[in-house]
Amino acid sequence: MASSDLVRMANDIAANFRYLGTEKAAASVANHIRMFWAPAMRTELLELARGTGTPLDPVVIAACQVLKTS
Amino acid sequence: MTTLLKEHDLGTPPRLGDLVTVEVDGMPVSVPVGTSVMRASALAGVDVPKLCATDSLEAFGSCRLCLVEIEGVRGTPASCTTPVADGMRISTQTPRLEKLRRGVMELYISDHPLDCLTCPANGDCELQDMAGVVGLRDVRYGYAGENHFEEKTDASNPYFSFDPTKCIVCSRCVRACEEVQGTFALTIEGRGFSSKVSPSGTSFFDSECVSCGACVQVCPTSTLEEKSLISLGVPRRTVLTTCAYCGVGCSFKAELRGDEVVRMVPYKDGGANEGHSCVKGRFAWGYATHKDRILSPMVRESSDEPWREVSWEEAISYAATRLKAIQERHGAGAIGGITSSRCTDEEVFVVQKMVRAAFGNNNVDTCARVCHSPTGYGLKTTFGTSAGTQDFRSVEHADVILVIGANPTDAHPVFASRMKRRLRSGAKLVVIDPRRIDLVRTPHVEALHHLQLQPGTNVALMNALGHVVVTEDLVDREFVSERCEDDSFAVWSEFVSRPENSPEALAPVTGVPAEDIRAVARLYAQGPNSAIYYGLGVTEHSQGSTMVMAMANLAMATGNIGRDGVGVNPLRGQNNVQGSCDMGSFPHEFAGYRHVGDDSVRAIFEEAWGRELESEPGLRLPNMFDAAVDGTFRGLFVQGEDVAQSDPNTKHVKAALASLDLLIVQDLFLNETAAFAHVFFPGTSFLEKDGTFINAERRVNRVRPVMRPRNGKQEWEVVCELSRALGYEMHYDNASEIMDEIARTTPTFAGVSFELLDKVGSVQWPCNEKAPLGTPVMHIGQFVRGKGHFAETPFVPTEERTNRRFPLILTTGRILTQYNVGAQTRRTDNVLWHGEDVLDMHPFDAEDRGISDGDLVTLASRVGETTLHARISDKMPQGVVYTTFHFPATSANVVTTEFSDWATNCPEYKVTAVQVRARSREPIEESSEAAGRSSHREPSPANTHPEDERHGVLARGRVR
Repeated sequence: MASSDLVRMANDIAANFRYLGTEKAAASVANHIRMFWAPAMRTELLELARGTGTPLDPVVIAACQVLKTS
Repeated sequence: MTTLLKEHDLGTPPRLGDLVTVEVDGMPVSVPVGTSVMRASALAGVDVPKLCATDSLEAFGSCRLCLVEIEGVRGTPASCTTPVADGMRISTQTPRLEKLRRGVMELYISDHPLDCLTCPANGDCELQDMAGVVGLRDVRYGYAGENHFEEKTDASNPYFSFDPTKCIVCSRCVRACEEVQGTFALTIEGRGFSSKVSPSGTSFFDSECVSCGACVQVCPTSTLEEKSLISLGVPRRTVLTTCAYCGVGCSFKAELRGDEVVRMVPYKDGGANEGHSCVKGRFAWGYATHKDRILSPMVRESSDEPWREVSWEEAISYAATRLKAIQERHGAGAIGGITSSRCTDEEVFVVQKMVRAAFGNNNVDTCARVCHSPTGYGLKTTFGTSAGTQDFRSVEHADVILVIGANPTDAHPVFASRMKRRLRSGAKLVVIDPRRIDLVRTPHVEALHHLQLQPGTNVALMNALGHVVVTEDLVDREFVSERCEDDSFAVWSEFVSRPENSPEALAPVTGVPAEDIRAVARLYAQGPNSAIYYGLGVTEHSQGSTMVMAMANLAMATGNIGRDGVGVNPLRGQNNVQGSCDMGSFPHEFAGYRHVGDDSVRAIFEEAWGRELESEPGLRLPNMFDAAVDGTFRGLFVQGEDVAQSDPNTKHVKAALASLDLLIVQDLFLNETAAFAHVFFPGTSFLEKDGTFINAERRVNRVRPVMRPRNGKQEWEVVCELSRALGYEMHYDNASEIMDEIARTTPTFAGVSFELLDKVGSVQWPCNEKAPLGTPVMHIGQFVRGKGHFAETPFVPTEERTNRRFPLILTTGRILTQYNVGAQTRRTDNVLWHGEDVLDMHPFDAEDRGISDGDLVTLASRVGETTLHARISDKMPQGVVYTTFHFPATSANVVTTEFSDWATNCPEYKVTAVQVRARSREPIEESSEAAGRSSHREPSPANTHPEDERHGVLARGRVR
């Protein structure tokens, strides 16, 4: 899947949970992605988060940490 | 049914109240106070002769045929306008009454053509019946006197004709147009002998008539008659079934001669429509037998080759072989399926079962993804289940009605008529919509407030309403403390109370004056019964799910949930959006909205289906397209949807479809999507289907076959055979066995069966041990999730912004006479009203661009452009343009973008930054894509759609 689509979708989710503050927002984003995203999409997102230069929202990057550890 | 079903007409509408007992011709009968003598008599088994009365209309008292004698009352009062009184003794048959009635009939017949034997209504005419009932034997006045025999027939409407020579001026049609439909298109013109029914001085076609058919239905003679009946003759038998258009789910009597449909008549006992209809359900069913129907399976190696007609066995084997080959090469997850909201629950259920059990993944989604998926997310989060809270009847108890992002008079017309009836009787209306939809000001209905907000600011507006409710102490504290979570209410309450959520702070964002927002909040909170009805103007936004939750918050905070007259009610677009969602079409949920990751739920289906099932969510519809372009998703089964026309960013969708190794389309017609297909399974129309649809009020309605499947197989049978060819045994003897399986595995449907539906007509889920006859109103006493949850709803503006290049906002929608991608309605005479998509724009925006009404314009966004005619309309706010997506020649979704709801990926159809440029006043040429399609369609006889050919002509025709 195109990285731009994944980045846009993940950032949109983050934007709507940002009001919770980074830690809670990251947990909520991770939970949302776990509930609704196919595993392959999650894997691709984690790979994107590992790289540099991807315009991922900091909340998404934090959420990816939660996804990796859960 | 082997005979024609004729419903008993009780003459006047029912009344509610304490019972009184009267005696009719010596027979006692108890009826509610206020009931007419006519209705009481009919309930006692005595039908008083009548002509101007019918039980769908209030009594009128003009024909003087229904006279009765009442003990102690002077004269012979009309039974239709006389209410019963306790102890009343009524005589309906006396020598005096017989003489009076014969005299009345003589007068009617003296000015009526005596052509009964050649009249289309012969055998279906109340005037004829009454002449017999009163014993008319001669007419003392003769037939040579002044009469109306030279009046001309108005055949301008494509579906019915008006022959004034047969009119008895009973005013039923005029009253039906007013009371039932609420359009007020008809009137009685002239006085005395010159009185005549008139569509306000013009032809029916050119009038305000919306062709709902209510006038035709109540006409007691052949004055207003269906043209199909005139050409085919009176019907002989009835099959009760359900309309396959919008989410209202109207019940119809399909009236037939043999297997040929003569007419569709709305069924009085239909729970959703109670005897009313619209132009689509009533008349636009001819597509089912249209010559464009594909009736044989077809295959081809690649989409640039001609189609090859093959046997069912070969088509299924071919599809299975290629699907298996893809999975062997690219993995189990490389294929998936899309279910259709136009198909039955049973057809949808087997497709999602095939994907989960035979494909071995959860890559199944439904077209509801692109319309009401945010409803599912929002209402489940706040209330606990993904469905509207009320039945349609509930609106009759509403005092304040908020219509948000919906256009019921066009998209849900039969419910709109019900709503307008309530509004005419005093309920207050608030419309929240950028466009001035018809409901804002229509005969005898006017919105108290029209909040004409900027597209994309729904959530900001809703937060401002919440702010007023909380800060002005309008919260229903008792309801909130008893029924809702304390902690989430406290968080929400603090959130909306912040100054940045005040109407004053948000007025510049929403474009709505603060005082209007405050007035609406007070009105809604103080109801006492306030109801929200909403449509895709809520869901098809980047914050569609947030908006649904914001509305739910407001309803809970003001205690407007859990009884008649209130609620949060999604108006579903297609006939079975609710059902397709209920049946487990989403990639993360089994039937009944239970997550695939829930071990206990998965165990139910694994045991029922004998397969280990995937516990992770599959790909959503847009994810499938993205993955197809990326090359990781290679095979797709599409059931009854035209994604190449309906889904956003057409260029991207077509690129995805073109990338697939295998595309299987199951449909009635070779649609835009089929141009990319390798296998075509011909589908069945609603007149051939056997199953159920579920409407917007959760009503499970039976769909009964009127004729055998013209393609030779029910759609669910084809899916079962494909599944078997893939190695997973799936077999049902009939559709009712599929519903039995749904009931066994899905607690909210535990009590549903064809047997029950045949017995009681319809039920609204949940239907189970606790509610054996269903649940009209949900969340009474307790929410499905226990305590109601308040969700925080911060406003996050869409990324789609206007700029110098694209300074206007486009919103898209639908129109009364057309439906979705138009595959059905474009193949009917409905094109006479709306033969092309047009672009509505404000006069100032048009003037700025040198555009006049009717000009051909280019509509362009950052992803694509299309050409269509402009219509200058002050219904549009400045800066916003609007079009429909019914015609492939226009392909409005060429322009819409990839942006979507953050939670569900429902596309943001309602906000696209665009520019409009004048072109010329030439008619639209057939698009190169449409022309290019021809090569894909050979050698099918259905290569060219008549409407494609007609389009240039229609583009110059009238557009309403």
